[in-house]
Amino acid sequence: MSALLSDRRAVLLLGLLAVLVVAPLGAGDYLLSILITILLQAYLGMAWNVMMGFAGQFSLGHALYVGLGAYAGGALFVHFGTPPLIGAMAGMLVSAVAGTIIGALGFRFKVMGVYFALLTIAFAEFVRVLFDHWGWVGASSGLFLPVSNRATDDIWMLRGSATMFYYVILGMAALGFAFSRSLLRRRIGYYWQAIREDQEAADALGIDVFRLKMIAVVISASMTSLGGLFIAFYNNNLYPESIFSMHRSIELMLGTIIGGIGTLFGPILGAVVLTALGEILTIAGNAIGIDGIKQIAYGVCLMAILILKPGGLWPWLRQRFGLEGGAR
Amino acid sequence: MTAAKGNSPLLSVENVGKSFRGLRAVNAVTFQVPRGDIVALIGPNGAGKTTTFNLIAGALPPSEGRIVLDGADITGLDQARICRAGIGRTFQIVKPFAGLTVEENVMVGALRHDGGDVEKARVEANKILRLLELGDKASHPAQSLTLPDRKRLEVARALATRPKLLLLDEVMAGLRPVECDRMVAILTGLNKETGLTILLIEHVMRAVMALSDHVVVLHHGEKIAEGTPAEVTSHPKVLECYLGEEHE
Repeated sequence: MSALLSDRRAVLLLGLLAVLVVAPLGAGDYLLSILITILLQAYLGMAWNVMMGFAGQFSLGHALYVGLGAYAGGALFVHFGTPPLIGAMAGMLVSAVAGTIIGALGFRFKVMGVYFALLTIAFAEFVRVLFDHWGWVGASSGLFLPVSNRATDDIWMLRGSATMFYYVILGMAALGFAFSRSLLRRRIGYYWQAIREDQEAADALGIDVFRLKMIAVVISASMTSLGGLFIAFYNNNLYPESIFSMHRSIELMLGTIIGGIGTLFGPILGAVVLTALGEILTIAGNAIGIDGIKQIAYGVCLMAILILKPGGLWPWLRQRFGLEGGAR
Repeated sequence: MTAAKGNSPLLSVENVGKSFRGLRAVNAVTFQVPRGDIVALIGPNGAGKTTTFNLIAGALPPSEGRIVLDGADITGLDQARICRAGIGRTFQIVKPFAGLTVEENVMVGALRHDGGDVEKARVEANKILRLLELGDKASHPAQSLTLPDRKRLEVARALATRPKLLLLDEVMAGLRPVECDRMVAILTGLNKETGLTILLIEHVMRAVMALSDHVVVLHHGEKIAEGTPAEVTSHPKVLECYLGEEHE
């Protein structure tokens, strides 16, 4: 029985992947850009989910890791022509170090919940101000990646068409999903969830709570930094003001909250819902012609979802369509 | 390993004390838990039972004294290390991993063994759940369990860590007499079949009488008596602290 159910999930997943693989053939520029937005949001949501959804550690400053990944890859490319793959490693390393510092401070001194979240915001803001004044990365006037060679796709240097970027982010999202799934099914996943549910009980079962929380932060930070690298090469411009912003931190976790924190499909579903909602409301808002109506409607929709389905949309859908497989 | 240590007690609490600022919660308490026995820690409210328990489990560091488990000094180790040293505990106020299934709750305990092999842990968890008569609820979310079942889940989860010593903190509290008798039967069964050593804090005297080989009585943070259940319940000091002094 459970094998059959997980088969249905597998079919759903492979079907989705197949559609996404062939999507660029039929999609125009507009649709392709929407799909890239969705996949990027889903990927970043998955990264945040490792820390919050799996291990229960609330980070409100994930823009920090997005920014560090983006600037590491971008600045190395601009100044030394370093291939993004190397830049990605540098970004992951820097983000992991930043995560280690925040985690060590927070977890060692038992800063928990909302207070830990405040600590993460403080670090993101601190680094944003730092980058605002750092000349080597362009300070507040921004860092620009040279845009050339748009005609041919150079995957090694991440220079090329939107279709190439689409496949890159699709690959990242697919790997992010597979990685999250494998984490959740190992001992570490069970330990994280135990810590999330009741830290003291986890401790009494012999779990090294501090170490496991540190691992969650480091993995989540490194994954997030890769999303930042993608943003740098896709947008070709970086401003501390936007890449490290509080707004980005919130946006990054919103999809996962809407889709279902701690679930595997939640970040994907949430990204689809949020992006689609945003686009539909933009079109509708333009048609109505009242300034700011889009933002108000967007906020109302989010509130409605959170009030009606506080656990997120995916747990509810899963139950309705008999895709139940364990607690996730 | 255990054979070499022969008849030495599994747990030895030596002159253990704990002060909270000015308040002396536990004072020079000494007792032993022999291998394979069930020992009960009783006393009126505020006697220092839970504090003593927390000192043994590592939730609190003792202010003085020594705690020795199976020949190894475990005084002042933190909870996780004490669990790894071989003490499994339950919580008086149950702490299930509410968002996980009953099976997963117990797996978390069992994952300490076999290099963290998830499938082996699942098999072991189900074995323990059947032992505690929770087998048919393995796939239920832990938050859906009733209180008696939650108490059993606490025991199951602690057992899954394969403890040498199981510490039970009022697992009978809130249970109806029938449920209490079931729990007594389960625990005696475990003790008989696996030789598991148990130290329990208990208010429910019918359970204490039925279960324990040996009873330690605390009052105002000090040990006032110990012995078999029959000896202890007829001990004048014990009667005094529970019922008040007799006036002629």
